[in-house]
Amino acid sequence: MIVLYWICAVVLVLSAIGVVASRQPVHSVVGLIVNFAALAVLFLTLNAEFLAMIQIIIYAGAILVLFLFVIALLTVSSEPIERGRGKLEFQSGPSVAAGLVALALMAVGVRVAWSQSIKPPPPDFGSVSTFGVQLLTTHLFAFEVTAFVLLVAIVGVVLMAGRKELRF
Amino acid sequence: MPHIPLENYLTLSAALFAIGIVGFLVRRNPITMLMAIELMWNAGNLAFAAFARNFIDMSGQIFIFIIITVAAAEAAIALAIVVMVFRRRADVDVDDISILRG
Repeated sequence: MIVLYWICAVVLVLSAIGVVASRQPVHSVVGLIVNFAALAVLFLTLNAEFLAMIQIIIYAGAILVLFLFVIALLTVSSEPIERGRGKLEFQSGPSVAAGLVALALMAVGVRVAWSQSIKPPPPDFGSVSTFGVQLLTTHLFAFEVTAFVLLVAIVGVVLMAGRKELRF
Repeated sequence: MPHIPLENYLTLSAALFAIGIVGFLVRRNPITMLMAIELMWNAGNLAFAAFARNFIDMSGQIFIFIIITVAAAEAAIALAIVVMVFRRRADVDVDDISILRG
């Protein structure tokens, strides 16, 4: 278990760095797929079976395919966008520093507040049937609101991407 | 079977979130920036799953389900905006998109 955790942790961090560091968006998508797979395995170590499946099917299967479609259809030239200097010339150094400060703060907070071991869960914790019962009884309202959120997203996308002429 | 401490998961989540922050700030390609945002969503999801397991409470996992749905909606809308901008010009640097101001 602990070996599996460390393997997944290393893969997760390395693939995330690959997503951020690669210049071609397609390479970033490939790194993100590896990242999601490692995260799905981590969900399995946390007894979240249904979420591990959702992570693969919805995230890696649907959302990343959306990214790939946009990349394939719109970025026809193979040379990366970020050539030359941006308008903010020195943004890389302070950005990395800000990320490191955020990481240090979060890591210290976690070490101080939550250094306890996880208790073994009851046998049916996180199973698909438990998840479904919870979703459709206790959290039914949130489930219904989710449908509305998706409806708003569909209407917004059709409104923005489906219009013929652009005025901006 | 030895159990993994909660702080391991939370530290990993913090690392993933920090990488997402750095990616969002450093990159200038809007699609890569969106992928950095996805990394940050997933860091939050990992923390939710770890806490759900720690407190033996399924509500955390339900919350992840809702988060994934909202992330899908966000990705769709953001990519629609990117499509609109890309139709206007072939190469987009987010620093150049300053015409949103009134």
